[in-house]
Amino acid sequence: MTTMQDLATPVVNTWCPGCGNFGLLMAVKRAIIQLGLNREEVVAVAGIGCHGKVIDYIKTNGLHVIHGRVLPAATAVKIANPELTVLGFAGDGDAYNIGIGHLPHAARRNIDLTYIVHDNLVYGLTTGQTSPTSKRGYRSKTTPRGSFEFGVNPLTQALSADASFVARGYAGDMHHLTEIFKQAIAHEGFALVDVLQPCVAWNRVNTYDFYKERVYKLEEEGHDPSDLDEAYRRAGEWGDRIPIGVLYMAEREEYTNSFPTLAEGPLVKQSIEGIDISKLLREFH
Amino acid sequence: MRITGLMDNSVSFLIGGEAGQGITRSGSLLGKALMRGGFHVFGANDYPSVIRGSHNFYVLRVSDEEIWSQGDSVDLLLALNKETILLHEDELTQGGGIVYDEQVELGEEELERDDIVLFPFPLTAAVEEMGGIAIMRNTVALGAALGLVGYDKEIMKGVIADTFAGRDRIIEMNRQAIYKGHAHAREPYDESYPCRLEPSDENPGRILPTGNDAVALGAISAGCKLYAAYPMTPASPVLHYLAAKDEEAGMAVVQTESEISAVNMVVGASYAGIRAMTATSGGGFCLMTEALGLAGMTETPLVLMVVQRPGPSTGLATYTSQGDLLFAIHASQGEFPRVIVAPGDVEECFYLTMEAFNLAERFQVQSLILTDKYLIESHKSTEPFDSERVAIDRGDLRIMEKWREEEEYRRYKFSGSGVSPRILPGTRGATVLANSNEHTDYGYTTSESEKTVAMVDKRFRKQEALREEVEGMDPVKTYGDADAQVTLVGWGSTKGPALEALKMLGREGVKARFVQVVYLEPFPSRAVGEALEGVGRRILVEANRTAQLGKLIKLHNGLAFEHVFLKYDGRPFNPGEIYAKAREALG
Ligand SMILES: Cc1ncc(C[n+]2csc(CCOP(=O)(O)OP(=O)(O)O)c2C)c(N)n1
Ligand code: SF4
Ligand SMILES: [Mg+2]
Repeated sequence: MTTMQDLATPVVNTWCPGCGNFGLLMAVKRAIIQLGLNREEVVAVAGIGCHGKVIDYIKTNGLHVIHGRVLPAATAVKIANPELTVLGFAGDGDAYNIGIGHLPHAARRNIDLTYIVHDNLVYGLTTGQTSPTSKRGYRSKTTPRGSFEFGVNPLTQALSADASFVARGYAGDMHHLTEIFKQAIAHEGFALVDVLQPCVAWNRVNTYDFYKERVYKLEEEGHDPSDLDEAYRRAGEWGDRIPIGVLYMAEREEYTNSFPTLAEGPLVKQSIEGIDISKLLREFH
Repeated sequence: MRITGLMDNSVSFLIGGEAGQGITRSGSLLGKALMRGGFHVFGANDYPSVIRGSHNFYVLRVSDEEIWSQGDSVDLLLALNKETILLHEDELTQGGGIVYDEQVELGEEELERDDIVLFPFPLTAAVEEMGGIAIMRNTVALGAALGLVGYDKEIMKGVIADTFAGRDRIIEMNRQAIYKGHAHAREPYDESYPCRLEPSDENPGRILPTGNDAVALGAISAGCKLYAAYPMTPASPVLHYLAAKDEEAGMAVVQTESEISAVNMVVGASYAGIRAMTATSGGGFCLMTEALGLAGMTETPLVLMVVQRPGPSTGLATYTSQGDLLFAIHASQGEFPRVIVAPGDVEECFYLTMEAFNLAERFQVQSLILTDKYLIESHKSTEPFDSERVAIDRGDLRIMEKWREEEEYRRYKFSGSGVSPRILPGTRGATVLANSNEHTDYGYTTSESEKTVAMVDKRFRKQEALREEVEGMDPVKTYGDADAQVTLVGWGSTKGPALEALKMLGREGVKARFVQVVYLEPFPSRAVGEALEGVGRRILVEANRTAQLGKLIKLHNGLAFEHVFLKYDGRPFNPGEIYAKAREALG
């Protein structure tokens, strides 16, 4: 059985005290433990930003990539070895600005991985600039008059990209978040979990207090995650009420199942010695 | 200069027509038929970046001795439209001929040449008679060409049957088309074309791949398990071929959403423990540079083919260049060791691709295979590839169920060679941490000064080991006379035309040599120094504007070139122009 101790690393944590990332990371570890996963079979792929440090703080396999490229790298880890549980960790800038080009493609491929976005509605690591999820009017060094761009809605983006699992969590509710992660990891296919993650250093708008007053749990209101129309409607909510929970879930063919070569087992386990190309050469003769 | 000298058992064909008329396809069928009769063949295409309408051509040179490139003149022009005649008439050898459709109105006053022979053929009429489609005029022309040189049409029939296996109607129509063209060449034109191609009884069993085919087959033989790429001319045929053969090749093939995605997939796959590759050309490579650095920092093996075409930007999308050498050497921020290898013919495309995979894994570095449009799209007959010639060597990759050592597994464990053991993520008892931030031996992020220096030095110890390895593996090849009066120096696809130029010089008793730099990074300065010792006049031959190999030789060997031949119009070198430069240098 995996324990909290097994998942701990010796690295000194440098997130700001009170940062939402602590709750998020704890929920990830609890989900791993509760699902009975070994740390050796989990691969964490992380982007660049405060969120990316997660890789130093969790003792699983890890691949810390470059800004915005979690999805292609994670997709290929899974293609190479579908026996691994692949978790992607990205920031809102990472996932929805520089890396948004990969989101619809991972979704339509329905690659079996869990894409966790630390959505603090701000650029944390680069000292507080406006992010793609920052709301209109958000003031920062890059938008001193208040942003006049509308924020990206990650949930409707994912829904319209045909993601087979779309959820939103809140880092201030670790138990609820753990349950979401467990479902997302268990889901066979692409799962986006956008996590509202308070950034205590830079985001003075979307704070714990802000969320405490607003978040409500979808399952407590009888939301049916198979209802796409309803999922869209709830995804649009952001104001006095902000939904958290599993918004949408559907069964769809998983990507790696369709590669003929993978039918013979994980690629990492296939021998590459003595490959015979004589048959292939015939057509060139 | 009009080139004289039609010769038996050596013919240069040019098939020309509009884009969309299947010119390259026809050229390679003709090439295969002649190859099966014992001839060596070389075929190169030329086409602008349009799908229909503009002028395309394919040059097919055939000889009973090994040939390495197109020649300087055309013996038989197969013109599928009138434009082809007017555009290529001046390239004809004295006494050469033009095969064209009799329905084309061609007044004598429209031609400048009176030393060539016209062979109007009923190309359209023959197809109409058979109830065939317009594109089959090509096949009639192929039959015509074979008839004029007295070649056995049955060999072509065999090629058609193999190519269209299972599609009996198409085979039968094409057979008829060949026969019709062939018959018309005998009667009424019997003997009027002066040269013969006499097939030998025995088919020597050669193959006729392009460079792209050879690289793809090399990747398959090397056990590449993931090929991820985004379409970009001239690298796309590798993606097309592997997508078609994924099952036989044992490979997962992904058309990605961008080159950025492709190269990051390769990094992810390689981290997970399989061999993986991508290929692209200039613009795509620009997009890949950030992840190339990721692979460098994380010491993730990676194989990446860059097919050069003239830039900057979109440039001449379907033409050739050697303009990306220095870019490839320096691409991405920071400093890290890498391999750059430049094959010069289809055989090298195959074997060096296999080696590129080995070097990448043994030294946990990035192997860039630097080719160009001319090399990668040209056909050359060659001996069948033998994958056993390069043994798979995965270096210190330990595939095992469980990590049993006392000491915890550390991805970047320090070692004398700089290479640390790799294991598969998923190995019990260990976790594998690869980090794009500077890191400790375990892989945790660090910004400490001492740890940084130690890790940078570790990566560069690999470069030293790699340099020694490369120096020992024929990184520079030499051809021709050791005591040369004149020495051509080049890399990549220049090999073909340069070897043909050597033949021309040799025929005139000039002692000449060609030095081909095969590995360009780590730069094999020892081997280059030896190859350039006392070799007469040295001429640098490169398809770029700034003499990039020349700069490297200057930097690493302190040698400058007094004679430099640079070409940057997107067209490959012709042997004759290299020959002329050598003559000029000799004074
Ligand atoms: C290609 C590239 N551009 C810019 C950066 C600089 N950069 C580092 S993190 C970051 C944004 C961080 O914001 P987010 O993704 O939301 O992560 P957070 O720090 O909020 O967790 C940027 C722009 C980079 N590392 N790479
Ligand atoms: S800057 Fe914000 S996101 Fe980053 S560690 Fe501090 S609180 Fe967390
Ligand atoms: Mg952020």
